[in-house]
Amino acid sequence: MAAVAERKVSLTFQELLFRLQQFWAAQGCVVQQPYDVEVGAGTMSPDTFLRVLGPKPVRIAYAQPSRRPADGRYGENPNRLYKHTQLQVILKPPPANVQELYLESLKAIGIVLEEHDIKFEEDNWEWPVGGAWGVGWQVMLDGQEITQFTYFQQCGGMDLDPICGEITYGLERIAQFLQDLDSIYDIVWAVEPDTGKQTTYGEIRMYEEEQLSAYSFDYADVPKLWDKLNSYEAECLALIEGAKDIAEMTDIKQQRRFPVLGAYELALKCSHLFNLLDARGAISVTERVGVMARIRTLVVGVAKAYVAQQNAVASQATTEQAS
Amino acid sequence: MAEFLFEIGLEEVPARMLASAEAELARRTMDLLGRERLLEEGAGFESFSTPRRLAVLVGGVRTQQPDVMEELVGPSTKVAYKDGVPTAAAEAFAKKAGVSLDDLKTVTNAKGEYLGADVHRAGRSASDVIAELLPKEIASIYWAKNMYWRAGKPERFVRPLQWLLALLDDQIVPVAWAGKTAGNTTRGHRVLHGAEPVVVEHPGQYRERLEAAKVLPHIEDRRYKIRKALDHVMRTVEDTRWREDHALVDAVTHLTEWPTVLLGKFEEEYLTLPEEVLVTVMRDHQKYFAVEDKSGKLAPYFLTVLNTQANEAGEHIIRHGNERVLRARFNDARFFWDYDQKQTLVERVDKLKNVTFQKDLGSYFAKTERVRALAASLEAILVDRKISVDAKALDEAVLLAKTDLTSELVKEFTELQGIVGGLYARAQGVSEAASIAIYDQYKPTSMEDELPRSTEGILLSIADKADTIGGMFALGLEPTGSKDPFALRRAANGIVRMLGEAKLPITLSEISTLATADSETCSKVKGFFAERVEFYLREAKGQAYDVVKAVLAAGAEDVSDALARAEAVTAARDSEDFLAIAAAFKRMANILSQAKAKGESVPLAAGKEFLTEPTERKLAEEAGRLAAWVDGLRRKQEYVHALEAIATLRPHVDAFFDSVMVMAEDERIRRARLGLLQRVLADFSKIADFSEIVTAG
Repeated sequence: MAAVAERKVSLTFQELLFRLQQFWAAQGCVVQQPYDVEVGAGTMSPDTFLRVLGPKPVRIAYAQPSRRPADGRYGENPNRLYKHTQLQVILKPPPANVQELYLESLKAIGIVLEEHDIKFEEDNWEWPVGGAWGVGWQVMLDGQEITQFTYFQQCGGMDLDPICGEITYGLERIAQFLQDLDSIYDIVWAVEPDTGKQTTYGEIRMYEEEQLSAYSFDYADVPKLWDKLNSYEAECLALIEGAKDIAEMTDIKQQRRFPVLGAYELALKCSHLFNLLDARGAISVTERVGVMARIRTLVVGVAKAYVAQQNAVASQATTEQAS
Repeated sequence: MAEFLFEIGLEEVPARMLASAEAELARRTMDLLGRERLLEEGAGFESFSTPRRLAVLVGGVRTQQPDVMEELVGPSTKVAYKDGVPTAAAEAFAKKAGVSLDDLKTVTNAKGEYLGADVHRAGRSASDVIAELLPKEIASIYWAKNMYWRAGKPERFVRPLQWLLALLDDQIVPVAWAGKTAGNTTRGHRVLHGAEPVVVEHPGQYRERLEAAKVLPHIEDRRYKIRKALDHVMRTVEDTRWREDHALVDAVTHLTEWPTVLLGKFEEEYLTLPEEVLVTVMRDHQKYFAVEDKSGKLAPYFLTVLNTQANEAGEHIIRHGNERVLRARFNDARFFWDYDQKQTLVERVDKLKNVTFQKDLGSYFAKTERVRALAASLEAILVDRKISVDAKALDEAVLLAKTDLTSELVKEFTELQGIVGGLYARAQGVSEAASIAIYDQYKPTSMEDELPRSTEGILLSIADKADTIGGMFALGLEPTGSKDPFALRRAANGIVRMLGEAKLPITLSEISTLATADSETCSKVKGFFAERVEFYLREAKGQAYDVVKAVLAAGAEDVSDALARAEAVTAARDSEDFLAIAAAFKRMANILSQAKAKGESVPLAAGKEFLTEPTERKLAEEAGRLAAWVDGLRRKQEYVHALEAIATLRPHVDAFFDSVMVMAEDERIRRARLGLLQRVLADFSKIADFSEIVTAG
């Protein structure tokens, strides 16, 4: 059958990731490992959310497993996942030919542009909880959205200067596309070189989808989730409060070591707990706005503290150098 | 005479913004050239746009501004000369004007005598002028959403600028903006042509050079090509046609540089899903055209507009990919449809307690309860006025109206709210009348949209919208200026249209009173509706400004009645007698208001016995007789006849003004005359305040 023959030539899930990482490494990106706290999108990793702030140039790429509890379908829906994988590329400032680079990256994963229909359709990204937004496109390949392309404009309620280009590849979608499959779970993740034995996405991830969907929708202990949310929030707020003293600290080590990143992890925990409570149906729509505002206070507060810390450390370093 | 070509090269511009930006660039360029005297008589332009460019091509451009003589005015002669000798002020002026003292002249204007100088201004080259002034015009183009891209945030635009092209005949005009300086190259299609720059030696070559590089820069060329291709492709499938969709044709025209059309197919089993769902998936989510058979029924095909021209292998791949995406989307929709059936709409009513309508107005459950009461009151009013309503179906429809908000299908396809509820209601055995009302509840969504098909649907729609308006106004969330986040104007326009066009005898006062218990809010809501009625009569019904003002001054309560009165007044406007009467009424209104300003008290028809002149007695008599007659016609809403009757008063009014001085010396006579005028105005201004009608001369 033609489908089998095609499958042999197309990339496995892991090869897809390797190729994209290699491609962006060749463009000067530092390829990092996924962040190890639950996030809803690659953007929420501090490597994007915090590093887009300030003037320092950044070029990084990393694959980020992203959890969206409400999207879980117990592994029953062939197109929806509790957890999917984004390849996140951050280019600050974005090179003038960033769109061309992106199209080159598609070639690198075996897409012959002449044989496809590619459109950049307006799609502006916004994360109100993070005070973050940007303008950009969803990239459509033969009617399928495969990438979100964003010029980040604001983060933590602050204008970015320089702005930042963010390319987010939906790896499952692209693999499904390349391997021509109706179900994500049939994606070939790896092929054993010697035997040709295939391991599918379903084999690797089905249990997780089944069980974490069940946890999010049926088992999660609502009062305990609220307790955790309240407790993480309190700790995060205390750190944000403490961060206000950073500028006054005289010891540069003390300044550098103040755990703004720790506060950010606590804020991320709160965001994930909110998503769990939401999936569990435990947040009425009335409450929803209020809880989102609370998390916004944390996330935006951390972003502001991060900028203040960067500035304080930089000016301290200049002073020390001068004296 | 030269041609000027200007092109702004951009990263993909949002489709929805393209047409207006193209027009704005052309307008700004033409205005600039006109202002700078760079346009020949009969100069014309053509404008272009694709996702990656905006361009304008102007014919009849001067390469050089014509020289002009300009008269400069300097200091007054008193200051400029002392005892006939030029002062320092005169010398400074001569220097500034660049002429010798001998060439100065005297200019006399209203303020006195001044020094003057005729200065010869040499025209500048078009290239210099354009290079200097065009950048400001680029920067001023309006975008609904724009962005920074360069460090230091020097400018904002819709997307990053990639290149500029500016040619005056074969000369490059060095227009510089956002870090780029114009050249004579453009770019072709990203894939079909590639990155190789496309050289344009002369403006006239623009279109052909781009077409060779697989770009159709003219919007109309692409639209024509797309329509042709849609027709052409459909000829390959017997007895089918693509479903007309102007908005979608527009969208894909603005999304492509080199459009082609591809036909795809989907499995017939999906046709068991409601057509509304299938079409929404295809049109709104995938930008596909739906295909129908001869009877208008959906056929298992779709058409997608590509931004490329693939070879046979490519076509196969692209078709296959699109078909797979659509299948996944249809599967999702079917999954949601089946899943939603596990719980009926009736069972979902309680779930509305968890869906917030607005934080201070409570849940959709609370809204439903309010709308039920409101709808019941509206129904009672209609029944009282002998209009039959299926009360049971109406109440059932209101109760279930918002339950589809808890369905997975509506969460996925929010644009189908209401429609999904109607479809589910029918599938679950709810009465046809209630199902139709639920289905139509959000109609009309615009001035062009159809009204709900049934009286029950209209009452549901009015009650729902009135509740929203009343609630938001009570919270002080009424629209201000261009801000109307809750689309209250649209909601009120909908109510006004439904009342006017379905001819329902419900007044806006009644609706306002039902919409809010608070009297202050209620009067605000009434004022808001009055504005909307004015908007409706003028914008939707095309009634003239003065007619609308005249009609509304006589009452804006009953929309269909106001509309009937406006139409009658408009029809009567052609009659000379009517215009004369309107002018006379205006004169009466003026006399009365001047008299009142002087402190005259004007009781209605005071002291008839002091009316002594024959013409005034005749007027009083005729007006009295006519008033009863007109009132009878008015009550029967026979406004055309009523206006004809009013116009017959003209000879008596004319005779009155010809022979009588209203402001007579004798106070009693004066008061009697003023009283007569007051009476006539009051009696005949119940259809419209004719003194508002603008009469020629």
